[in-house]
Parts: sequence; C-alpha cells; structure tokens
Amino acid sequence: MFEKKTGRQTFQMKNSPAIIATASIVGPKEGRGPLAGYFDQSVDDEFWGEKSWEKAESKFMREVLAKVVTKASMPMDALDFVIAGDLLNQCIAASFGIRESNVPFYGIYGACSTIGEAMQLGAMLIDGGFASNVACLTSSHFCSAEKQFRFPLELGSQRPPTAHWTVTGSGGVILSAEGDGPYITRITTGKIVDMGIKDQNNMGAAMAPAAADTIYAHFEDTGLPHDYYDMIVTGDLGVVGKRILDDLLSSNGIRVGSILNDCGIMIYDMKQDPHAGGSGCGCAATVFAGFLYDRLKKGKLNRILFVPTGALLSPTSVQQGETIPCIAHAVAVENTKGGNE
Amino acid sequence: MQHVMTKEEYRKYVDKVSPNSKTLRNALRAFMVGGIICVIGQFFLNSFKNMGLDKETASSVTAMVMILLGVTLTALNLYDDLGRFAGAGSIVPITGFANSIASPAIEYKSEGYVLGIGARMFLIAGPVLVYGISASIVAGIIHYLLRS
Repeated sequence: MFEKKTGRQTFQMKNSPAIIATASIVGPKEGRGPLAGYFDQSVDDEFWGEKSWEKAESKFMREVLAKVVTKASMPMDALDFVIAGDLLNQCIAASFGIRESNVPFYGIYGACSTIGEAMQLGAMLIDGGFASNVACLTSSHFCSAEKQFRFPLELGSQRPPTAHWTVTGSGGVILSAEGDGPYITRITTGKIVDMGIKDQNNMGAAMAPAAADTIYAHFEDTGLPHDYYDMIVTGDLGVVGKRILDDLLSSNGIRVGSILNDCGIMIYDMKQDPHAGGSGCGCAATVFAGFLYDRLKKGKLNRILFVPTGALLSPTSVQQGETIPCIAHAVAVENTKGGNE
Repeated sequence: MQHVMTKEEYRKYVDKVSPNSKTLRNALRAFMVGGIICVIGQFFLNSFKNMGLDKETASSVTAMVMILLGVTLTALNLYDDLGRFAGAGSIVPITGFANSIASPAIEYKSEGYVLGIGARMFLIAGPVLVYGISASIVAGIIHYLLRS
C-alpha cells in the first residue's frame, strides 16, 4: 500500500517533480553578502516603501510569487497550490502576501525549516497526482523577527557570539509534474528532537541534533552511500551548529566532512558580523532559490541533500523556561530523475 | 542503531564547543563608554551649578539633558550601535534607560498611538520601574522605622 515509503520516514518519488523555476529577493545586508550575484533582486530599504516591517515582509513574498511565476512563464491560474509560511505570529507575511493571488493556499509553520516542509508537501501533492504545479515560498525579515522574538531594534544591547542574524528575504520555487530538472527525488520528513537546550541565543546547538537525526534517518532508510551527494546543505545551523552536526554525524559513522555546508554560513561574510550566521525562513529559501539552484542548473552540483532546520520555540515558551524543540526536513534534489536507481 | 547522547552529556558538550562572549574586552569597553557618559553628565552638572542653580535643581536638569541625549541618539539610529559596542556601559546610565523607553516607542508606532506606543513603551523599562519603586518604598519604610 505504501509503495513510496522507504524505511521509517523517507519517501521515494515515483515521478520526481521538477523544480522548473525559482526566485529570490533579499534585503540590504544579504545583497552585500557573498551570494549577492545569485539573487534576483536586493532591496536597499528594509521598509521597501511600506509603513511597517510586517507589511514589507508580505511584499517580499508577494513579489517573489509574481517573479517565480513569470520566470516559469505560466499564468498564476496554472498554479494548483501555493504552500507558504514565515516566522510571524499567525503566519501573516504569507497570508497577507498571497491574498491577492487567487490560488488555493496552504499556510504552514516549521520555523526556519518551512521551505523544506513546503517542498516536501508540494512534491507529495504532485507525485500523488493531486497537482501539476505547486509554488512553495517562505520569507523572514530581520526587523519583524527581532520585534517578535527579541527586543526593539533601536535598543542598545549586545548578543553573544552564538546568536544568529535573521535573513531579510524571501525565496520561492515552482514544482511541476512536467518540465526540466533538477528534480526532487526523495524526501525524509523530520521528527521533533529536543536535546534540552534552553538558550535561544544558541539555536545552532539546539537544531544540530534534529539535523543529525534526519540525515542519519535518510541514509538508514535509503541505504545510500554517505558520499552519494555532492553537497549536504543544512538551513541555518551557523558556525556553532555545523560543527556540532559534523561531530554528531561522525559519532554515528557518517563522515561527510567537506560536503557538509550550511546556508546560514554561506549567505553572509563573517566580516558582516552575523555572529554565528544567518537564520530565518528566508535563509534556506533564498540560498536554495538563488545559489544552489543555479549550481544545479549549471551542473556544478548534481545531487544535493537540502536539509532546512527549524527551532520550534516561541517567546512565550522561552519565558516559561521551556527547552527548544527542533526539526529538520531533508529534500534530495538531483539532476537525474530517478536518482541512481 | 543511532548513537544519541543524553541531554546532560549534550549540554556539557555544547558548553565546551560554543564560543563565549569576550568578557574582558566587553568589560573594558563598558568601563570606558560608561565613564565617558558619566563625565558628560558631570560636565553638565558643574555647568548648571556655575550658572547659579542649586545642587538639587542642577542634578534634575542634568538628568533631563542626559535623557534628551539618550532619546536623540536613539531616534538617530545611533544608540543601538553604541550599545552593541559598549554593552552595560551604555545600558546602565540614565541615557540607557531613556533608550529602553524610546526604542519600543519607535518600534510599536505601527500599531498606533494607544495600543502601540502607549501600551508598549514600558516593555523593557516597566520591570525596572515596578521593582525600583517597590524597593524604594521598602527602603523608605526601613528608614522610617530606624529613625523613630
């Protein structure tokens, strides 16, 4: 009955959905970072002409949807679903950003792992025969995230070196039953992992065990050799989290070393003082839509395991002294349809 | 079978691999900037005294000037940079207190003057006021009892 399920939590696509187009728009800091040339647009003004940061973040999402549809040369009507999410309470960046699009909509929350969650659900909708074209988008905004999760922007405070910098930006992809690759060949849905970290200024340490758990499960379920992928790229573990992930994988006999990378580290230059690295729903989404998709399209990378990571905390849970539950979803993206099988 | 650390082992391991804040550097910066802010305050206090204000009035006016300075630097988008550099050096003086009230006021203006600015202005300073005033009441009672 479950002909696509492999092992505990991995699903093999029968007709691997193609990622036919991507789009990304970022803020000023990201637009000066090392990946600047790969984004479709960078915006100098964090308000982007809007009256609030929340409105600006919705605009990022609205514009990315418009851009990705244009790049796929399809009318908005051709989309069967939009799956989108963000960090704001009640996911308002997504719902307000999408409200004029007139496309059936699923709003989801997986913190910074949301783009992975969206791509997995989109891939399953297509491979399950429920849709031909699905757009998956996420966004985050440094200012709106600081306002919600931390302190007012103008407050003169210091943060520890393990803290992250929320990416301002939105990234989106269109998955399609037809068209040229790269393709989503298999997915591993993450489980919630909580190793008892309480410090919201050390998200890398909180999320690394979730990423390790999902990557371990992916190799267990598929039986693929550990060097199968050209790159295993996590969402936003940052410098501290990536190091921990490497240690955790090694202690389980998975030595991936140099193929392990992290979007949160790639998006900023350390000279830009992002502390441990970038984070937010927009981090993995813009790096995938911008840099990684370009590398796949040009054949510089042929197989990647994209593992966006999310910390499922809220300001309330932190104040109540709760630990931080985390999740990571793995999406295998390859230039050949059935992978190597 | 996946090897998993216990939460206790993991906490110890994380403490080991996470870089710490540079305490000595931060303390030196805090000491310097905090000192400079105090020198500026002292300059105003002496000036007001020389202008003929009595001691109490001069210190009240000095506090007002320092608050104005803190709020102005906040509005000019400079106090957060100062705070990132100086830490407690710019948080502890009265300019930091002004910053803690002005910054949420700016932040929540988008939610309106009543539920935005009005309700959120004391988001950070509120606890300081509540416990500061409570402590002064307790101290006042003790002072009264000791005197009588």
